Amino acid sequence: MTAHLQTEQTTGAQAPVVAISGLAKSFGTRRIIERLDLAIPQGESLALIGANGTGKSTLLRMIVRLAEADAGTISVLGDEVGSLRGAALKRFRARVGVVFQKHNLVSRLSALSNVVHGVQSRRSGPRTWAQALAPAEIRDEAMECLAAVGLADKAMQRADSLSGGQSQRVAIARMLMQRPQIVLADEPDASLDPRAGREVMELLFRLTRDKGLTLVFVSHHMAHARRFSDRIVGLGNGGIALDRRALHCNEAELAAFFEEPAEDVPAAQPALVFA
Amino acid sequence: MSLQSTPHKLHAGDRFARPSAAAFMGWFLALALLVWSFSGSELSAEKLVRGLPYMGNILSRMFPPDLARLDSILASLATTFQMAVSGCVLGLILSFPLAVLAAEGLSPHPVIRALTRGLIALFRTVPDLIWALFFVIAVGLGPAAGVLALMIDTIGYAGRFFAEAMEETDKGPREALSTIGASRTGLIFSAVVPNAMPSFIATSLFCVEKATRASVVLGLVGAGGIGVELKVAFDLFDYDTALTIILAIFALVVAVEQIGGHLRRRII
Repeated sequence: MTAHLQTEQTTGAQAPVVAISGLAKSFGTRRIIERLDLAIPQGESLALIGANGTGKSTLLRMIVRLAEADAGTISVLGDEVGSLRGAALKRFRARVGVVFQKHNLVSRLSALSNVVHGVQSRRSGPRTWAQALAPAEIRDEAMECLAAVGLADKAMQRADSLSGGQSQRVAIARMLMQRPQIVLADEPDASLDPRAGREVMELLFRLTRDKGLTLVFVSHHMAHARRFSDRIVGLGNGGIALDRRALHCNEAELAAFFEEPAEDVPAAQPALVFA
Repeated sequence: MSLQSTPHKLHAGDRFARPSAAAFMGWFLALALLVWSFSGSELSAEKLVRGLPYMGNILSRMFPPDLARLDSILASLATTFQMAVSGCVLGLILSFPLAVLAAEGLSPHPVIRALTRGLIALFRTVPDLIWALFFVIAVGLGPAAGVLALMIDTIGYAGRFFAEAMEETDKGPREALSTIGASRTGLIFSAVVPNAMPSFIATSLFCVEKATRASVVLGLVGAGGIGVELKVAFDLFDYDTALTIILAIFALVVAVEQIGGHLRRRII
């Protein structure tokens, strides 16, 4: 990995939607993040890149408090995330949409029921448990969300009968149903074939852009990072090793960011030939 | 390197590993336990040989089965099945909340989880016949005692399997809903129950089969049903009527098992 820090000041006068200061995180004796400062303005699409183990997913999880920081502060939408407890934490999480690498749908329920679940960010009770129990206005809204991801015709199909790309789109529809104010996506394109991965990223980018939402996504696809973000932040060496406007990054530069130092590359083994 | 040109034969290792001293000791203790158990059972070839004529005598007196009291036997059989179904359904209903409290990741507190698991284990480890004796004393002779005994027995069984089924469901949907701030009840009914449903159905059908078998013997201690009829028939040496009762029980248990098996295959 290129060790030198590449930074570029981001523009924008608005107060940041996400403000991270002095963040540190270890797993046991292994320090993943030593010190990280990051500000993300409203409406920006930010791609987080970096080698495995540099803390990209952990950073997203800490933003929504699925993981605890060892030190530092994270402020999201005006809330100090580390200080939130109980009902306040639930209210905060309701405002943050998360798309996981795995779609995490309830496999035995219909696509529509899975989207209806998104309403649990603001409502509770049996009428939010499945489409059959949901009131008409929730069903209608869920159908609109499914239509937004192009799957209105699959509403009554069971989640386990959908393809990987379709399932990820249903997960995005569930996130839309939540009516989030910021969207975090942890490698939403990782477990999909190249075409489905690109479609999912396009959809996520278009939907968040149309609604003026902030999008923070992790991706190992450099083409996706460039195409679907305004800004690319690379993690490495315990902090931010690259921070550039996406327009100013070229693929070669990003590829170089992932290059291993020559001494770490193991010597090639002789090939085993089967006669 | 060519696989064909491997210079010498590869050794796969011994077919049987030599047992360690601890394993040898384990086998020895298991054998000692077996010998000790048989020595306490007073079972001997001589006893079996001596008992054969009596067995033959009982069997000969059982045939042909006496159908004179078939109506009352079928009525008792119906009561037995009613006991089985109602006791089992009550048990299944109560099992669900207890299983939620006992399931890792769903229980509100580790202490509550440990207490609930302990209660379910108590219900399971005490045999249904003991529960029947307890409830016969508590609520008197008759099917009500049987229903309560079957309910407790079902909780002991279904409570454990429901909890395990919920623990084994995919944690992804749970995390996804937890991340959007869903309530614990919302998580359970939206993400856990739908995925655990096949296991719930299989366990419930098995519980009905188990309760049907158990309900037959509960009558022996006065908890109602056809067991009372069977005990009376044996006490009065009315072996041909006893055979009719045994065949009726056999038909009921086989029918319930067959229907249960068919439903399991259809639903899951």
